[in-house]
Amino acid sequence: MKATSRAFKANARHALGDPNLQRAMINLRTGFAERRAHAVARLPEWEALREQAVAIKKDALAHLDFYLEAFEQKVIANGGQVHWCRDAAEANETVLAICRRLDAKTVTKGKTMIGEEIGINDHLAANGVTPVETDLGEYIIQIRHEPPSHIIAPAVHLVKEQIAQSFRETHRDLDPARPLQDSRQMCDEARAVLRPRFLAADVGITGANFLVAETGSSIIVTNEGNGDLTQTLPKAHIVLASLEKVVPTLEDAATILRLLARSATGQEFSAYTTVSTGPRRRDDADGPGEYHVVLLDNGRSALLGGEFEDMLRCIRCAACLNHCPVYRAIGGQSYGWVYPGPMGSVLTPSLIGIEAAGNLPNASTFCGQCESVCPMKIPLPKMMRHWREREFQRHLPPAAYQLGLAAWAFFARRPALYRLAADIGARILGYAGRARGRFRALPFAAGWTRTRDMPAPEGRSFMSLWAARQSAKRSAK
Amino acid sequence: MNPSRDQILNSIRRSLKRGALAPEAAAACETRLATHRRNLIPARAQTLPPRGQVELFIKMAETVNATVARVKQAADVPAAIADYLSRLNLPSRLVRAPDPVLDALPWSEWPLLETRRGVAEDSDPVGVTACFAAVAETGTLMLHSGAASPTRNNFLPDTHVVVLRASQVAAAYEDGWDKLRAARSRDGNFAMPRTVNFITGPSRTADIEQKIELGAHGPRRLHIVLIDDGEAA
Repeated sequence: MKATSRAFKANARHALGDPNLQRAMINLRTGFAERRAHAVARLPEWEALREQAVAIKKDALAHLDFYLEAFEQKVIANGGQVHWCRDAAEANETVLAICRRLDAKTVTKGKTMIGEEIGINDHLAANGVTPVETDLGEYIIQIRHEPPSHIIAPAVHLVKEQIAQSFRETHRDLDPARPLQDSRQMCDEARAVLRPRFLAADVGITGANFLVAETGSSIIVTNEGNGDLTQTLPKAHIVLASLEKVVPTLEDAATILRLLARSATGQEFSAYTTVSTGPRRRDDADGPGEYHVVLLDNGRSALLGGEFEDMLRCIRCAACLNHCPVYRAIGGQSYGWVYPGPMGSVLTPSLIGIEAAGNLPNASTFCGQCESVCPMKIPLPKMMRHWREREFQRHLPPAAYQLGLAAWAFFARRPALYRLAADIGARILGYAGRARGRFRALPFAAGWTRTRDMPAPEGRSFMSLWAARQSAKRSAK
Repeated sequence: MNPSRDQILNSIRRSLKRGALAPEAAAACETRLATHRRNLIPARAQTLPPRGQVELFIKMAETVNATVARVKQAADVPAAIADYLSRLNLPSRLVRAPDPVLDALPWSEWPLLETRRGVAEDSDPVGVTACFAAVAETGTLMLHSGAASPTRNNFLPDTHVVVLRASQVAAAYEDGWDKLRAARSRDGNFAMPRTVNFITGPSRTADIEQKIELGAHGPRRLHIVLIDDGEAA
């Protein structure tokens, strides 16, 4: 997927002025955040499970080469194949080669963020293979030619009127006078439209929430059942997975699964947790004849052992998005790449470079909600700070920003001078603003005052008031 | 060998500042994979007696919009299914998985139920399957693929009816894995099925304005016929 993260500020401004998006984003709070809080409250072992999940992933990452080789051995033993791919181009070619060998016309897809990351749909379509998204949210954004705005609810930025209109424009063979007012009707329409696509598909592509080294299995977690129809009906099942998805055992997967659905949607368990291992067995009544795991690195192996290694624990539950005040205000598309919100603000610069994504680690109020709800205890604010430091060291921010920061640093290193300057500033501003009590505009701070007023100071800085108070106390003694 | 594979493994090792794992460390990982060590399992279901686990399973399944009918013995299952279908005014035409457990039921005593044995087609309105186990913790059914249990039968029909014996109800997912390992191991070799489905309620989506709708692509209804065989696991 092409990144537009450089345009983050313009994207965000646009999103803030989009009334549909603003209306749709309200649903996030009641939908995901509240349900999550209830689910967590119902499980007394929550904190202990988080600790264990972190330990499982740390062990998996410390021995990643071993577990990946063990995983591969088991996949092969069960009749499947693992395709190691360094980057998006290699992964795309691998998938296309399988489709071509099977003479595939259409490919159904379960939701896969790796698929978005490598841009598999465009690659297949450009080469004569039609990709059909089957997750309802993914299907909606596919027919609208939009990128996803959320990692588990790709169409969360849309209101139902927009979706109804897209259905009418796309499903032209249906009665134009049919009612499409509510989600039930649209859900039924999508079900009816997609069922024949499931049955006709030659290849099914899904993502993976986990790879299990013990058994060579891939696990997906869904609610719609689309991932299951996608992988069961066609001739081949292709799994797109990044390499940090591996966990040692089925027991380890079970532990993290207890955190995943609760963090994501507030469900106790998703409707469908599906463990897939190899192609159909000789006496199986159904199932795909081939099983391929496309194992993608795309820059992840380089993150191991460094200050961004913790990010590789991420299980893509989206709790950090759902609780982020910045994400909730602007939606996911403003971030300009596959992964939005706090996890994206750390991961995107790691995968596509800080030059292309420097705005993202700055799109945070550092309120800390993301870290506190993260089931894998990933220190997201700390890592965003790391990116800000790197960005500054490489002189990437604009000159005015760097000059301002250098000026501030000059005073911050000289406390006496800092206090004097602050006191003078407070007196001047207090005097100038005494009539109104606030400023509509200030020199050098137009960006700040454009959207809000600056309250006028009372006339003295805190430090000078404090000093006066202390000396008054002393003389009273 | 494959150059990408080598490059990726080398890159991992370079980042971890080591070569391939030392023999002792590799042996420790091997042991970890072979021993299926359990992590913390929530007390919720584990501390209950078997009867309590069955009750919890029913409660949790009903919370996620599954329906449960209890019968005294296996012979009562067709009657319970016929009753369920007629109460909801659903077609009495069903496809049942080619499973010996289902074959043994007295379908012929219910001539109004039009049953077909085999793999589900798109046109089958109702699918009846057995299952491998159930997990009380979250009201979850555990099914796996095989000659007797086509996976598509769990997903294509609008209505999925699952026949479950009370003795199949376990506390946690980990118990399900242990049962599966025990049932499918020969001479120490475990044969993992192609597909293991953990099913918790009917298909659902909230992709349009976060409003939950049942029956997205899989079954609109999940009905569990529980045979109360009195001997919970």
